[in-house]
Amino acid sequence: MVQLSDIVVLLPEINLLIFACAILVVDTFTQDPARRITYLLSQIALLVTIGLVFFLHTGASIYVFNGTFVSDPMSSALKAMIGIYGVVIFLYSFEYLNKQDWVKGEYFVLGLFAMLGMMVLISAASMITVYLGLELLSLSLYAMVAMQRDSASASEAAMKYFVLGALASGMLLYGISILYGITGTFQLQELNQQIQMHTGQNALLVFGMIFVIVGIAFKLGAVPFHMWVPDVYEGAPTAVTLFVSSVPKIAAFAMAIRLLVNGLEPLMQDWQLILIILAVVSMAIGNITAIAQTNIKRMLAYSTIAHIGFLLLGIIAGSHLGYAASMFYVITYALMSMGAFGIIIFLSQKNFESDNLDDIKGLSDRNPWFAFIMLILMFSLSGVPPFLGFWAKWFVLKELIASGYVWVAAAAVFFSIIGAYYYLRIVKLMYFDKPERPVLAGASAQMQVVLSLNGIALLVIGMFPGLLMALCLSALL
Amino acid sequence: MIVLSDVLILAAIVFCISVAGIFINRKNVIILLMCIELMLLAVNMNFIAFSYFLQDINGQVFVFFILTVAAAESAIGLAILVVLFRNRQTINVEDLNSMKG
Repeated sequence: MVQLSDIVVLLPEINLLIFACAILVVDTFTQDPARRITYLLSQIALLVTIGLVFFLHTGASIYVFNGTFVSDPMSSALKAMIGIYGVVIFLYSFEYLNKQDWVKGEYFVLGLFAMLGMMVLISAASMITVYLGLELLSLSLYAMVAMQRDSASASEAAMKYFVLGALASGMLLYGISILYGITGTFQLQELNQQIQMHTGQNALLVFGMIFVIVGIAFKLGAVPFHMWVPDVYEGAPTAVTLFVSSVPKIAAFAMAIRLLVNGLEPLMQDWQLILIILAVVSMAIGNITAIAQTNIKRMLAYSTIAHIGFLLLGIIAGSHLGYAASMFYVITYALMSMGAFGIIIFLSQKNFESDNLDDIKGLSDRNPWFAFIMLILMFSLSGVPPFLGFWAKWFVLKELIASGYVWVAAAAVFFSIIGAYYYLRIVKLMYFDKPERPVLAGASAQMQVVLSLNGIALLVIGMFPGLLMALCLSALL
Repeated sequence: MIVLSDVLILAAIVFCISVAGIFINRKNVIILLMCIELMLLAVNMNFIAFSYFLQDINGQVFVFFILTVAAAESAIGLAILVVLFRNRQTINVEDLNSMKG
């Protein structure tokens, strides 16, 4: 039976849904071409959601709606993170849309629906909830990528993303159907117990599990299911790329933890092997292909693939400390990715995306402060101490070695060193090359303040990584 | 008498046909959308078979969710297709190659 107390647990999601529907209606009737009211209401929706998540946070695991939905420390922490990052993303995007004279209410409505999907996915305790959250997230993202209707590259990217995404969710469903057929349950905890009893049927369970891993790997963008990542990053407008590259990764991490750890933990031996292959190949292909790119967005796409490989290492470690290190990694990665695309938005002008490596030449002459922020971002992405990106890599590698996978850790360090080349090349272009474009578009004061804070945060949190790590540990222990 | 494995084999064959259709087809994006629908229907067949033979109604409930989501998915797919056709005047899969690297 559904009780009133069940609905209270769902309040952040209900609030976000009502706001998103209301904003859709308000946006239809507003006369303002700058869509200020849509933007403000979207920010209020996110702030109220963050407030509700904090207010309803209890520190215990509460299962509601017949065990399909769970509220636990991990879900509260990740939902709060998604809300906070969402506020920053909307601020950057509003700046971009204003610069391009192309403010669309759909961006914010679709963004809110995508975040609702992420929250459902993060709180999923049953495979039905995983599927529904995933589809709400993916369908919103397909529409967002195609939002720039007169751009041939955006619609091509959206079509590729859609076809590959639908293929991946079909694979995920096939895997779920096999797991259901063997165990007779959709609930992840029950699935875990059933698998421990059905030790004789491991081959069939692994068969189903492989299809589930394909779905997860696609959502994360791990090689060999990464084909959509570079095209979507390059083809979509920068505001959409900013969104796609940051918060959905947090949701995909939660999906991996829910399915592989909460549901399929007894099969850990088997999924560790598959994930090791995915992680090492992702780091290799991501870091090496990124070197050849001349488009910053496409380069960051390959850098994402490499970072996803690193993120998987923490899950491969197979301990709670490893999962916490992975969570630390994904939170850090989303922050760095937001900053990097924020800089591209800062440099963009009307009808000019400023996404080529040449466009960033001599940035330190034109704007020393934001060249410095970009320097922090690039050092952090490549993993130079004392920035946050270094600690993310350090915690993951530490847990990986503690679990005995020394050669995987060695491969990870090797490919990170290769990766440092293309991050440091950007620093070289900014500081040692002559600018090709003397004009520099400004940005609003709030954009400059938040973008500066974004960069500084990597330095400040990097000085005290224990605080964020304590949050991740409390979420996963 | 139909046994569980008969339905599972049928579903697996339909699933393979749809995946092969996505990878082999180089002509028309609409065929890709049809293959995606076929894939979801193959999965539905799996769910219903398991649900019937396990005497558990949950599998059939999941099928309703999948059918609903599939409808939304094809709506979005066709919308993207219309945008694509307006921009490129073609829906040939081989022509979708403006981005490389």
